[in-house]
Amino acid sequence: MADKAAELAKLEQIQAEALKVLADVAEEDALEAWRVAFLGRSSPVMAVFSSMKTMDQALRPVMGQAANKVRQALEAALAEKQDILKDEALVKALQTEQLDVTMPGRPVERGRLHPLTQVLRQITRIFGDMGFQVYRSPEVETDDYNFTYLNMPPYHPARDMWDTFYTKTDGVLLRTHTSPGQIRVMRERSPEPIRVILPGATMRYEQLSARSEIEFAQVEVLVVGEKVTFAELKGTLEDFARRLFGEEARTRLRPSHFPFTEPSAEMDVGCFVCGGKGCPVCKETGWLEILGCGMVHPVVLEYGGYDPAKYSGFAAGMGIDRSTLMRYRIDDIRHFRNNDIRFLRQF
Amino acid sequence: MKVPLTWLKDYVDLSDLDIETLAKVMTMVGLEVGEIRLVGLPLPPGELHEFKYTGLSWPADKFIVARVDEVMPHPNADRLVLCRLNDGQEEIVVLTGAPNLYDYKGKGPLEQPLKVAYAREGSTLYDGHEPGHQLTTLKRMKIRGVESFSMICSEKELGISEAHEGVIILDDDAPTGMPLVDYMGDAVLDVDTLPNMVRDASVIGMAREIAAALGKTLQMPDATLEMKGPQLEGRAKIEIIDPELNSRFMLGLIEGAAQKPSPYWVRRRLNLSGMRPINALVDATNYVMLELGEPLHAFDYDILVNRAGGKVPTIITRTAKAGEKLTTLDGVEYELDPEMELVTDSAGALSLAGIMGGEESEINENTVNVLLEGASWNFINIRKTVSRLKINSEAAYRFSRGIHPALADLGVRLCLKRMREWAGGEIAEGLMDNYPNPPEDPVVELSATWVNDSLGTEIPAREIAGILECLEFECRVDGDLITVKTPPHRLDVHDGLIGRADLLEEVSRIYGYDKIPSRPLNQPLPPQRISQGMALEETVRDLLVNLGLQELIAYRMTSPEREARRFPPEYDGAWEEYLEIQNPITVERRVMRRSILATLLETLEYNYTFSPRLAVFEIGPVFHPVQGQQLPDEKMMLSIGMTGLREKPSWKNDAPEVLDFYDLKGVIEGLLAGLHVEGICYQAAQHPSLHPGKTAQVCIGGKVVGVMGELHPLVKANYELGDAPVYVAEFDLVKLLESARILFDVEPVPSYPPVFEDLAVVVDEAVTAADIEEVIRQGGGEYLAKVQMFDIFRGPQVGEGKKSLAFSLTYIAPDRTLTDKEVLKLRNKIVHLLGEKLNAELRS
Repeated sequence: MADKAAELAKLEQIQAEALKVLADVAEEDALEAWRVAFLGRSSPVMAVFSSMKTMDQALRPVMGQAANKVRQALEAALAEKQDILKDEALVKALQTEQLDVTMPGRPVERGRLHPLTQVLRQITRIFGDMGFQVYRSPEVETDDYNFTYLNMPPYHPARDMWDTFYTKTDGVLLRTHTSPGQIRVMRERSPEPIRVILPGATMRYEQLSARSEIEFAQVEVLVVGEKVTFAELKGTLEDFARRLFGEEARTRLRPSHFPFTEPSAEMDVGCFVCGGKGCPVCKETGWLEILGCGMVHPVVLEYGGYDPAKYSGFAAGMGIDRSTLMRYRIDDIRHFRNNDIRFLRQF
Repeated sequence: MKVPLTWLKDYVDLSDLDIETLAKVMTMVGLEVGEIRLVGLPLPPGELHEFKYTGLSWPADKFIVARVDEVMPHPNADRLVLCRLNDGQEEIVVLTGAPNLYDYKGKGPLEQPLKVAYAREGSTLYDGHEPGHQLTTLKRMKIRGVESFSMICSEKELGISEAHEGVIILDDDAPTGMPLVDYMGDAVLDVDTLPNMVRDASVIGMAREIAAALGKTLQMPDATLEMKGPQLEGRAKIEIIDPELNSRFMLGLIEGAAQKPSPYWVRRRLNLSGMRPINALVDATNYVMLELGEPLHAFDYDILVNRAGGKVPTIITRTAKAGEKLTTLDGVEYELDPEMELVTDSAGALSLAGIMGGEESEINENTVNVLLEGASWNFINIRKTVSRLKINSEAAYRFSRGIHPALADLGVRLCLKRMREWAGGEIAEGLMDNYPNPPEDPVVELSATWVNDSLGTEIPAREIAGILECLEFECRVDGDLITVKTPPHRLDVHDGLIGRADLLEEVSRIYGYDKIPSRPLNQPLPPQRISQGMALEETVRDLLVNLGLQELIAYRMTSPEREARRFPPEYDGAWEEYLEIQNPITVERRVMRRSILATLLETLEYNYTFSPRLAVFEIGPVFHPVQGQQLPDEKMMLSIGMTGLREKPSWKNDAPEVLDFYDLKGVIEGLLAGLHVEGICYQAAQHPSLHPGKTAQVCIGGKVVGVMGELHPLVKANYELGDAPVYVAEFDLVKLLESARILFDVEPVPSYPPVFEDLAVVVDEAVTAADIEEVIRQGGGEYLAKVQMFDIFRGPQVGEGKKSLAFSLTYIAPDRTLTDKEVLKLRNKIVHLLGEKLNAELRS
């Protein structure tokens, strides 16, 4: 049985040698070579299995068992080594793979809404929260809707407040404000209560300059019902101004005149550029005029089909271009319709 | 209107208010103060001011009322004089070059010493010789051998007016030694008069509002006349042809007046109010117009008598005769329309009623006898004349907004009184007054409950009446009911329901908008309506923005020539009718646009050098006149434009590909998918602006909703655009949105694995991708979930006039995993059909 002992010792030796070699293995390639050498088909351990057939019957179980043990030990060691090498490789990779994170990203072109659309959406959302719905009316209007039904019969002095583009079609003009929509919505809805905003383009005869445009966007606000009060006009518009300009925004209402409202007012908001200290934007007053408003004039209610003895209402109108101009301190109002991409991309 | 503070103080006690507070009070009652020009007064206290202040302050220790006792020649200069001056503390010799002192030179001590505005050493004032308003500080220096360190001031140096030729000679009663600011320090408030508040285009009008707001009393000027001259009656006649146009006409006469300047304080006030002083007689009419708001007109009485051939002149107010002409006092000759109201005499037109006097009969340097007109005119008639003749004046400004005829009487009286005070002479006994058409001052019944219901306040009836009484309304309170009579100085209050609203404005304005509470809207919510179109329009905006496009808003105004650029030269399209603007600002913007494509192309042209990639869209109306319809159709359109590189060049991709037809198509597919449109089909089409081989019309359910394609090279040549081709699309937005689906079925997410397969077929060039896809779908049936073309190949391998298209197919069954056999069967069917219908061969 010396044979048996010798064979077993040989196996032990193989194991010891293999493990010794493995201890020095430091790379994937070397590990693969080791695997071929010690666990491959022609490795000494495997040779034991392939020699089984020719082996003494009595030796077979013992040798088989012993060889299996060695193989398992070597396989375990291999697995362990593989893990170690993987960990080392990861650590090395993490140390060496470093990007220059300051290099620019791959350009992705972002689409954008026109700034006036963005602001109009804010306004629409705020009024929408208060139950106002949007109503749209034509940009080309009749003289009647633009003036007469708004309590400005021909030659009324207040017509001077708007420099008008007339068309060559008799009695047809480019609306100077969104207010004609008041009459249209009233005539359509009478005698229902009304709570709408009317956004849209308006046109006025002006010389084009950094401060004055011939086309600009406005939003009209209209509420009609029984016993609508000035206090509600004030509350609604103050809420609106706070939501648009910020919780801290100060507002004031000051008497004004519009033929289609009475009493009429202008709403000023504390200048958000200088905080009220006075600057060129607010013309040193600390206040910015943001909208005109008032209680709907009885004549207008009447033209709209609402009995002024029973119904009342309030209306407001504001220029979107101007307030956007002030908010972003834009130097030239013409940017909005020139559509210079270098301007539009900043929003 | 520019109003000096000192003038306002004549009628209302403002001693307890600084200018800033006063300006706030004024603004909050509707007299919006724009700018405040200091003319002597110091800047009001406090850091924060709500008004813009300009002008000059006169510190009390520097600017003094002084007395010039003697004017002596300068030893070395003819054009300079030395003044022996007393400033109340000491006697100083002051050097000046003022020409208006030459007359006094070398006359020894003056019998009547001159009162002047004196600035001591170290004063800061405006440089009289520099244009504009340059500040300078007085320093000690020698001028032609004589020491100078202080100055006798001109109006320009003190910031009163632009006059710098001579020094100010104050009125004789100015107290020597008094700080100048105390004597005549002032501030000019620039007030924006609202169109319905022409009654406040006057110092008294403003004072009345201020007094009402402050609860103070308005002190009206004394208009008692001393009439010592002979009776006016019988020395002039008045004839009013149309009382509708001329409701009142009054005359007064002053005789023996002197030609001289007004007192200095009058000239100063006129200057500060923006009117040039002329002489005492003319100044008196202007002064009263500013003071009371009643424009007056002064005729030279002797000229009128002369025109009447020495007889009693008859003033006739009538409309112009055809072809009648008048040269106004500014020297302009006007040809008059028969509707224009005139003041005339037997010899012809004297003045444009209420607008401007005629040259011939106006006061001149020889006038001693003045016939003064105070009248009232129909404001609409005045407006028409003003707008037709394009003429304007302070009088026209007021009369064209409605001046109450009652003011004529007070105006004539105040003016005659002042003419006499300032120019001497005697006022003829009695005024002539022809008043055929007095207005009825409305009486309005107002209930306190209604006022409070309208404002959201709880103001007692008595307090409401009190507010109105401050504005000189006559009120009778009977419980809740207030009966209100309009005072005879305003025409802006109506009767009935409108009058009620007019009075509501008066009450709320004076009560104070800031005292009215703020409440949330407390109204029933109106029936909520769906406005699908507008909501979907916003969806379209969002979708296109998500697809990387920039939104535009373009001008509606354009010109037919600009729009014609979107067609090839010599394009013979249908004649297009435009909505034309009667008064365009430029020929470039004389019509309303018909095409959204034209403005889009202009924007691409404007921007193409600014960005390597342009991808833009606009949603907006175009305007199409329609026969038999007053207003044009406003059609909502959508335009899309793309040109340049697919992405911005970068280190990742330094030569990106150029955008092509299929980039635009991808955007449109994305848009339509986002709108859940069904039944879409793209067909090759023709469009005058687009490349004949690279144009598609987009149809939905068989209806054309838009067109897309590459810009025709000849059209592109009309614009300055880059080398890259330009792709545009135009949609009728309403038609497009009609096919959008708000509700759509969501397909179940498959629970069995799909089977993928590629299929490449060789077909004739004429066969389209859509043709092949349709056949594949027919063959694949319900299990064919997806067909996507992914490659195209042309070359000798597939043969001349042929192309190979590759499709990736996805099969899936909802209830089981498809077997290879099943899939093979489907594939064979597809291949068979392709061969049969399209003569397609499978490419191996």
